[in-house]
Amino acid sequence: MTEERAENAIELKEVEGLSQGKIVLKRFLHHKAAIASMVALLAIILLAFTSVGIDVGSEGAKVKIPGWWKYDYAQINDVENGGLPTLDLLPSFIDGTGVQIGNHPFGQDEIGHDGFARVMRGAQQSIMVMFVIGIVATSIGVVVGSIAGFYRRWVDAVLMRLTDLIITIPVVIVGAVIGRAVGNLGAFLLAVFLGLFSWTGLARLVRGEFLSLREREFVDAARVAGASNRRIIFKHILPNAIGVVIVNTTLLMSAAILLETGLSFIGFGVRLPDVSLGYLINENQTAFSTRPWLFWYPGLFIVGIALCVNFIGDGLRDAFDPRQKRAITAKDKRVAKVVTK
Amino acid sequence: MLRFITRRLLASVVVLFAATYLMYILTAYSGDPLEDLRTSTARNKEQLIQRRVDVLQLNVPPYLRYFIWLGGVLGAFVGKFDLGKNMNGQAVSAQLGSAIMTTLQLVIVATLTAIVLGVIVGISTALRQYSAFDYTITFTSFLFFSLPVFWVAVLLKQYMAIGFNDFLQDPQIPIVLIFVFAVLSAIIWPGIIGGRWMIKLRIAAIAFVVTSGLLLLLNMTNWFSSPGIGPIAGLVLGVAIAFAVTALSTGLSNKRARNASLIVVGIGMVAWWPFNLLSMYVSGFAFFGLAVASVLVGYFVGHFMGGEDKAPVARTAAITALLMGAVIALDRFMQAWKPYYESSYISGRPFATVGAQTPNLQGSFWVMGVDKFTHLLLPTLALLLIGFAGYTRYSRASLLETLNQDYIRTARAKGLSERTVVVRHAFRNTMIPLTTLVAFDFAGVIGGAVITERVFSWSGMGSLFIEGLHRVDVNTVMGFFLITGTVAILFNLLADVVYSLLDPRIRVS
Repeated sequence: MTEERAENAIELKEVEGLSQGKIVLKRFLHHKAAIASMVALLAIILLAFTSVGIDVGSEGAKVKIPGWWKYDYAQINDVENGGLPTLDLLPSFIDGTGVQIGNHPFGQDEIGHDGFARVMRGAQQSIMVMFVIGIVATSIGVVVGSIAGFYRRWVDAVLMRLTDLIITIPVVIVGAVIGRAVGNLGAFLLAVFLGLFSWTGLARLVRGEFLSLREREFVDAARVAGASNRRIIFKHILPNAIGVVIVNTTLLMSAAILLETGLSFIGFGVRLPDVSLGYLINENQTAFSTRPWLFWYPGLFIVGIALCVNFIGDGLRDAFDPRQKRAITAKDKRVAKVVTK
Repeated sequence: MLRFITRRLLASVVVLFAATYLMYILTAYSGDPLEDLRTSTARNKEQLIQRRVDVLQLNVPPYLRYFIWLGGVLGAFVGKFDLGKNMNGQAVSAQLGSAIMTTLQLVIVATLTAIVLGVIVGISTALRQYSAFDYTITFTSFLFFSLPVFWVAVLLKQYMAIGFNDFLQDPQIPIVLIFVFAVLSAIIWPGIIGGRWMIKLRIAAIAFVVTSGLLLLLNMTNWFSSPGIGPIAGLVLGVAIAFAVTALSTGLSNKRARNASLIVVGIGMVAWWPFNLLSMYVSGFAFFGLAVASVLVGYFVGHFMGGEDKAPVARTAAITALLMGAVIALDRFMQAWKPYYESSYISGRPFATVGAQTPNLQGSFWVMGVDKFTHLLLPTLALLLIGFAGYTRYSRASLLETLNQDYIRTARAKGLSERTVVVRHAFRNTMIPLTTLVAFDFAGVIGGAVITERVFSWSGMGSLFIEGLHRVDVNTVMGFFLITGTVAILFNLLADVVYSLLDPRIRVS
């Protein structure tokens, strides 16, 4: 009984006099794994984009900003020491050589490409694809879902059949076909096209939210007060559905990075001369026994990025879900005691 | 309900037409089907190109060629089903037949195992919410969730298959490793079972002794080179199964159920020797028949012993009978290991990294079964790791949600035992949302193992699709898509129907 009262007190204490956004932010900041992942993801992004610089656009309009790393991802260098990675994180009292980065921290492949530059470029592409798919799919999903859920009747029927149409095709399949068709146009367009086919799950969820929210009293009140449909959608319903949208966008993004790497792996994604993490793994899987580092580093970066995004998504879900009970820590109990007294 | 199903089916047909059209156009415009011929150096190049254009009717533009293909598909209604020809001039439907069987073998085992394991682990973590065990599993499942399947596959090949094959050359577990395993189990088991400190310590001690003892025993009896269960361990296992099934299904206080299960185990023990004598004549069908027969035996024993509440007792005995049958079959498969391992086709490296079977290997049902196992192990593990993570998360969340409901509070307030509350009130309601997930998963899984098949060189649906797409072989791709698309639509419909049957609050309209 006291346990339950303590829980209630914690919950009341938590939400006292705060706006929804502040409550969510506060809960999110409490989620240690999510914050750690956020920091790690930012670090990976920063590392990937500053090290080999930014290189976008096609022949006509090229934007090229050099990075601080000495090699380029397409540059062919002399193979030093059999391409062994020179990165050494063990301090000198363990293995006697000391911490050093060296010339080719992630090693080289058999023709002399610098492993680090290639992994960084691959990570750039994979991250970019992940965000583009996330943005495109979320925008379409939200628009389709809210229109279908708000207007119902034939609009709903038509849009939902369209959604069924796309959901019928497994995403790997449609991704492969699209990759085969537009993969040579570059990673950015590939991502846009993939986004055009991955919004369906989100659209269904948003529609569900709209269907239930539009029957609520505050929507009736807004309508009685003379609010237009647009105002009701944007000011009254959408803010209440934002939790579902954000959480599912992160899930979508972690699925997107695995999709892109998978497609590049089977040869339908990003193509030479550009590289992505999945492409690098595909290129080097047969060389595993001779040059395992070429395989390990891109893989670890994929896992790292996907893991971070998943944890951030989990943190957001906890933060947005008011029914979610957290583990009660000793500190919470102390706070609660002060409150219940 | 009938009206709902008819309407949905009609809508599905329209959707399928549109989806196939979209797919056809996308595939046809994705590349040049004559590319390999154009760059070839064959002297009769022109002829070859002309022949392919004729066979595939490439001179008809894709947006019209679709209707030729569609005509062949709709021919099914007049008995002339035709999916067209692939690039080499073979009929696509013949190719699809064998590919489907290969894929089904792969995905059914992996999906079923993922569901069973995922649900068990998810539920145990929900019951021990916020324990160290819960956090560990949560982290692990996030990790599995973030793994690209092709990367895991290469690692599994390298470390599992090659490592295990090396181990089998001299199958003795080093003492250090036994100690590590024992310590690990002493950490894991108390975490799962939970309880106060004294109990945890006791469980840890038991786990340590049992694990190290068991592994030492396996070492001493040279178990890994000639595995088997044998009647003594079989009896122990059978009795344990009888108690466990009874505890979960009816609770140990139900003496009739317990006795019925024990009798079933006894029958299994009696059947052990005659089964082993006759087992060389067993085929796939007979194997399935025996499984059904064991369930029936269990059911009738339970029914006969049941007294006034026959149904639960019969259910318990039937489950026990099936599991006991599985133990006997497992023992027989293990006996087939030695001849399999010594077969000249295996050459001492049983765990395969590619393919679905050892070429040219001939043998009894049991030897072929072992062969299937060694080939299925790696791809199944790869698929399992990823599917398992999803099911664990989902069933954990679902059970936690259910345990918060008012009817659970009511059940507890009535003074029902924890087992009844969890198994009967919470677990059953947890499974309702899971059934839809399972239906969706099965729908996606037929085509979804594309990458896994590719890595392990299984010539299933996925490989067919990738090959077809690489060569812009539209008919092959469409044959593949027709099947995956139809299955997806049917299973989505099934999910909706089953959901409304299980949860009467949901009315389909």
